[in-house]
Amino acid sequence: MLKMRGVEVSYGKICALHGVDLEIRSGEIVTLIGANGAGKSTLLMAISGLARPIQGCIEFLGEEIQALPPNRIVERGISQVPEGRRIFPQLTVRENLELGAFCRHDPQGVRDDLAYVFSLFPILASRSQQLGGTLSGGEQQMLAISRALMARPSLLLLDEPSLGLAPIVIRQIFSIIQKINQEHKTTVFLVEQNANLALKVASRGYVLENGRVTMTDSADNLLRHEGVRQAYLGV
Amino acid sequence: MWAELKKGAAVAVWFMFLTLPIMVVKVNPIEQTVVWRWANLVWLGAAVFVLTVVGRYCSRHRTELSAFWPDAHPLLAHPQLKRFLLIVLALLATLFPLFFSSYQINIMTTALMYAVLGLGLNIVVGLAGLLDLGYVAFYAVGAYSYALLNYHFGLGFWAALPIGGLLAAIFGVLLGFPVLRLRGDYLAIVTLGFGEIIRLILENWNDFSFGPSGIAGIPRPGLFGLTLSVDDAIMYIYYLVLLLGLITIFVVNRLRDSRIGRAWIALREDEIACQAMGIDKTKTKLTAFALGASWAGMVGVLFAAKTTFVNPASFTFLESAIILSIVVLGGMGSTVGVVIGALVFILLPEYLRAFADYRMLLFGAIMVGVMVFRPQGIIGNPRRRSYPLPMAAADQEVGHE
Ligand SMILES: Nc1ncnc2c1ncn2[C@@H]1O[C@H](COP(=O)(O)OP(=O)(O)O)[C@@H](O)[C@H]1O
Ligand SMILES: [Mg+2]
Repeated sequence: MLKMRGVEVSYGKICALHGVDLEIRSGEIVTLIGANGAGKSTLLMAISGLARPIQGCIEFLGEEIQALPPNRIVERGISQVPEGRRIFPQLTVRENLELGAFCRHDPQGVRDDLAYVFSLFPILASRSQQLGGTLSGGEQQMLAISRALMARPSLLLLDEPSLGLAPIVIRQIFSIIQKINQEHKTTVFLVEQNANLALKVASRGYVLENGRVTMTDSADNLLRHEGVRQAYLGV
Repeated sequence: MWAELKKGAAVAVWFMFLTLPIMVVKVNPIEQTVVWRWANLVWLGAAVFVLTVVGRYCSRHRTELSAFWPDAHPLLAHPQLKRFLLIVLALLATLFPLFFSSYQINIMTTALMYAVLGLGLNIVVGLAGLLDLGYVAFYAVGAYSYALLNYHFGLGFWAALPIGGLLAAIFGVLLGFPVLRLRGDYLAIVTLGFGEIIRLILENWNDFSFGPSGIAGIPRPGLFGLTLSVDDAIMYIYYLVLLLGLITIFVVNRLRDSRIGRAWIALREDEIACQAMGIDKTKTKLTAFALGASWAGMVGVLFAAKTTFVNPASFTFLESAIILSIVVLGGMGSTVGVVIGALVFILLPEYLRAFADYRMLLFGAIMVGVMVFRPQGIIGNPRRRSYPLPMAAADQEVGHE
């Protein structure tokens, strides 16, 4: 579904990605794990068109997208839950969700999806008139995921959804991510530092170190791998 | 309490000392005498003392005090009360010119023009969150487009009005392109420069704009070929501006609730998230600049028609600053707030003339007071209240474990 070949991204002189190759197949949950500053967010930004690769190509559904502006990429079915959630703080929960559906023109479908995300996260339905900035961290993450779903993506990119949340909230969010993947056949690309949980819900994983993919395997094998266990699972 | 009084006394003494040369000593160069006005010193000391004590009391009880002045929205939420108020307002606005002198009508027309300017700038600053310090440039474009089109081609007011708006919108896009990647301070500096460039061009390109001497003899707006007396023309322009104001309020409100309005607000709130939602940042910014500028262009045409004379001195940075102050003081993002802000801002200095020399001082004090006690503006947009930042909320949640 998504193929990255030799993707290089740099911020001025700092090279954040050095030729990344990666593939995501339709219907999978794939995870990308890596330490702080490894370039995980940069990789997602490159897919979303918010960071321009200076080399390499990104192919989505058989077409190159690395030169498209971000709005065209969203229209093609890739939507991102950015790191730190990035809720619109002065807009209500409902308005946040409506903005998620900005590039759609099927009002009926948008209404259906609104009902769908409210069924996924009932708390959002009860908070729909509350300002986004007044939600708790967990609720904001739920809102961020819902907002991305409102674009009805075929590929959902999640950047560290567990960041700064209580373990019980993290488990709830991860089970919803699995549910979205199963019910809607939404392909999920999950970027995480919380490697343990990420590898448990994913079928395959990539390890990113200093802007390079150093390892890729099935999630089970990565969980058992000695190097990964030491570096990312803290055992 | 005792400590407060002591503090007040200290500030008063300090002030008395500082202002001694200005307020007390008066040299009369003709009679070569020095007048010592000690009474002034006493008055000043007393006034500073009272102001300090009251001011410190107010700022300590700021939250309680601002609660006395609720955001007008819950009040206006009563549909019947709102309709009643609107009808009264409409009647007052319509009948106003019949009962007041041309002088008063002129002031009110100016205030309404600034209300439209404020509403236009509010699109750029309040909705899209782009700090524009050169807004006066578009006002100048509008005024000069009528003046020049009339001078060279004899174009009338009604033809110039849409052209002025359109030209201003084009200039808005011209400004928008180079500042697409800028935000905050940098954007403010570039827009400030843009405003000055336009003024300097008008001042120095004599062949084009007749330099500092400007263009005179611009015709007032026509009314089906009738020739109006000056007083009638003033009244006519008042109604035109009132009409433009109503149209502006209607259009701006519709814009805010439209798709593009949502995109502006999203852009203001979070540029990255806005792009991640599939909003075209370039288009959104450029439309904000263009649509904001077009109102300034139309008001510019009206301004030229009202004064029948334009020169670059009318389009200095001070104008941009006043319009921006109207938006900020009135309440960013709020239509009612901006209109009230314009009325207060333009009418107050006029009616403070009673205080002669101290009018600007008083005006400044009122402005500072509003900003201290109503940082959200006279009519605060209830959406713009403070709240814990998203990341702070996340940290708290971790802390709870
Ligand atoms: N906007 C930026 N400007 C300059 N350097 C950046 C920017 N964003 C990220 N970087 C750098 O790129 C590298 C990768 O960052 P990032 O993708 O955020 O890592 P991760 O998400 O894995 O923590 C880091 O060295 C970081 O300092
Ligand atoms: Mg990151």
